[in-house]
Amino acid sequence: MNKHTSSQAGAMAVVRRGMAKRYRAERRFKAMGILAIGASLLFLALLFASIVGNGYSAFQQTYIQLEVFLDPEAFADTSLAAADYPGMIKQALRRMFPDVSGRGDLRQLYAVVSSGAGFDLHQRVLQGPQLVGQTLQVWVPADDDVDMLVKGHFRGDGAQSEGRLSELQRGWIDRLKTENRIEKRFNRTFFTAGDSREPELAGIRGAVAGSFFTLVVTLVLSFPIGVAAALYLEEFAPQNRWTDLIEVNINNLAAVPSIVFGLLGLAVFLNFFGLPRSAPLVGGLVLTLMTLPTIIIASRAALTSVPPSIREAALGIGASKMQMVLHHVLPLALPGMLTGTIIGMARALGETAPLLMIGMVAFIVDVPGRLTDPSTVLPVQIYLWADSPERAFVERTSAAIMILLAFLIVMNAAAVYLRKKFEKRW
Amino acid sequence: MIAIKNINPPPATPHPHSRLGSREDFRTIGEAVVANPKIRCRHVDVFYGPKQAIFDVSLDIGNKEVIAMIGPSGCGKSTFLRCLNRMNDTIEGCRVSGDITLDGQNIYDEKQDVVPLRAQVGIVFQKPNPFPKSIWDNVAYGPKIHGLAETKSELEGIVETSLQKAGLWEEVKDRLHQPGTGLSGGQQQRLCIARTIAVSPEVILMDEPCSALDPIATAKIEDLIDELRTQYSIAIVTHSMQQAARVSQRTAYFHLGYLIEVGQTQQIFTTPRHRLTEDYITGRFG
Repeated sequence: MNKHTSSQAGAMAVVRRGMAKRYRAERRFKAMGILAIGASLLFLALLFASIVGNGYSAFQQTYIQLEVFLDPEAFADTSLAAADYPGMIKQALRRMFPDVSGRGDLRQLYAVVSSGAGFDLHQRVLQGPQLVGQTLQVWVPADDDVDMLVKGHFRGDGAQSEGRLSELQRGWIDRLKTENRIEKRFNRTFFTAGDSREPELAGIRGAVAGSFFTLVVTLVLSFPIGVAAALYLEEFAPQNRWTDLIEVNINNLAAVPSIVFGLLGLAVFLNFFGLPRSAPLVGGLVLTLMTLPTIIIASRAALTSVPPSIREAALGIGASKMQMVLHHVLPLALPGMLTGTIIGMARALGETAPLLMIGMVAFIVDVPGRLTDPSTVLPVQIYLWADSPERAFVERTSAAIMILLAFLIVMNAAAVYLRKKFEKRW
Repeated sequence: MIAIKNINPPPATPHPHSRLGSREDFRTIGEAVVANPKIRCRHVDVFYGPKQAIFDVSLDIGNKEVIAMIGPSGCGKSTFLRCLNRMNDTIEGCRVSGDITLDGQNIYDEKQDVVPLRAQVGIVFQKPNPFPKSIWDNVAYGPKIHGLAETKSELEGIVETSLQKAGLWEEVKDRLHQPGTGLSGGQQQRLCIARTIAVSPEVILMDEPCSALDPIATAKIEDLIDELRTQYSIAIVTHSMQQAARVSQRTAYFHLGYLIEVGQTQQIFTTPRHRLTEDYITGRFG
């Protein structure tokens, strides 16, 4: 008895001696976890800071106020639509700086405002034909180099810091500034226009519309097909070598590089079926192929996680297999399926490589209105702008990334919300 | 006797787990056969893949009686119970051979549809498993899918009577539209019984219905079983010998997949005829 007690005391001493070591290990593990999270948060913050820091200025655009005289003579022998609006803008500039002469200087003067300035004027006159004969105070977008200068991106040392603006142009801009004829305004063009070679006229809307149509096609095809495939494989298919083979193949497809799907789409949808190039319809089909495995795998996982007791309960009171699946298993698995689908969609939204293969990388100015219109998508737009030499495209690239990130955040938040909403506890 | 699925010859060698010698020891003693049975089982063998779980069990379940199935863990009593409404069909690799008839109709016949069978032979599981829906929906689901009620008021009537029969009506009548999963364990189990009753079965199988419940909830379920006996044939699997003694008229003792002894409950618990039965009920093993 005594011996037993003493051995118990000995055991306790050993345990106590070991405690400090155990706690140390625990603290070490915790510290490493916190370090890992801290590091990832730091990089995330850096990423966001650099994108937002580069991109926020794209939401503003420099405008220049001009006094445009809508000379009735200019409209004399032509329709309102065909009048020479760029000419009127140039005339207004000449009148504002009467001392500028010589072809070279004049060209520099005209380059201060955007080449699309005449278009704004055009729109205003078309809306109000009675304006002809009057002198208008119009705000027209400045050229992208002027915009950069006004936003301060060209300040600094060295020759590069001047940008492409000449001493002459800088003088005019300073004069416009003192006359309060230069102003930074909210950049509506960025949200309403399609792509353009001129940064101040380029907008994200074409890419957003293209991404939207592409994702609609992807969602409409991949969700029902993916859920149906998962339901069949998980609930109805016999467990044999064929279903094993299918499962292995689906898992493999999920890991296939996306560009391969792009090549497949090029070969099958464009060359064999003759579908239009650069179209959201084809983009959606390709992304469907790419997203399906993800959705099937997530849906199957969601189905397996439905407790067997629910299946037994339904079967036990005489529900058929179909009723069991549709009334009980599917509603319980739906949150998981939706989450998987939205994550797949988010991946599809950010996908570039397969779309390059089917021609969605083209320079497309028009905002697409239909599934078969040529269009591009957000990530491809980012790629195209990042490739452009103009300094003003740098901030537009970052702004487009911000838009893409905003969409991703909205989609992932929707996934969390849907999961919370449909999740049932038992 | 027509076997529906392939009949395997009974094993010539003693059961591998047996320490008890010859197969003679495992022959059923007692009155396995009753006059005018509700369910009649003859030479039932059950296999899970290559492993045989039930060996040549013949047992009748009488009309409006409670038969208790007892035995140590893994003795096959739950497996046998689940054969009676073909719940074993859902288990991959499970094979049943032999002859099980309900009112003279072979339930393993190819023409037998399992959906009406399970409406006729309801089952209550070990762990309460209400659907994650409202109390009302839980009870109304069965009648709805079987089309037992033509009007809404008829359905309401079925729900109310079922809950009353399950002794749950008074407790839940004011919160029928709250989730069934929010009830206590005992209430959930009575809800599952109400759900089973709602489709008007003739036989109710209960697979250890009280093993997850506290003594008070257990007592309520036992009282309920006693009341239900007047209208249904009930087969109950239980780990608790006291429970078997309290609720059943007949008791069947299973051991390692064999049906060892069947008899009137009182006789089994007072004068068991088989040595294994005696060992079990006196607590020598199990």
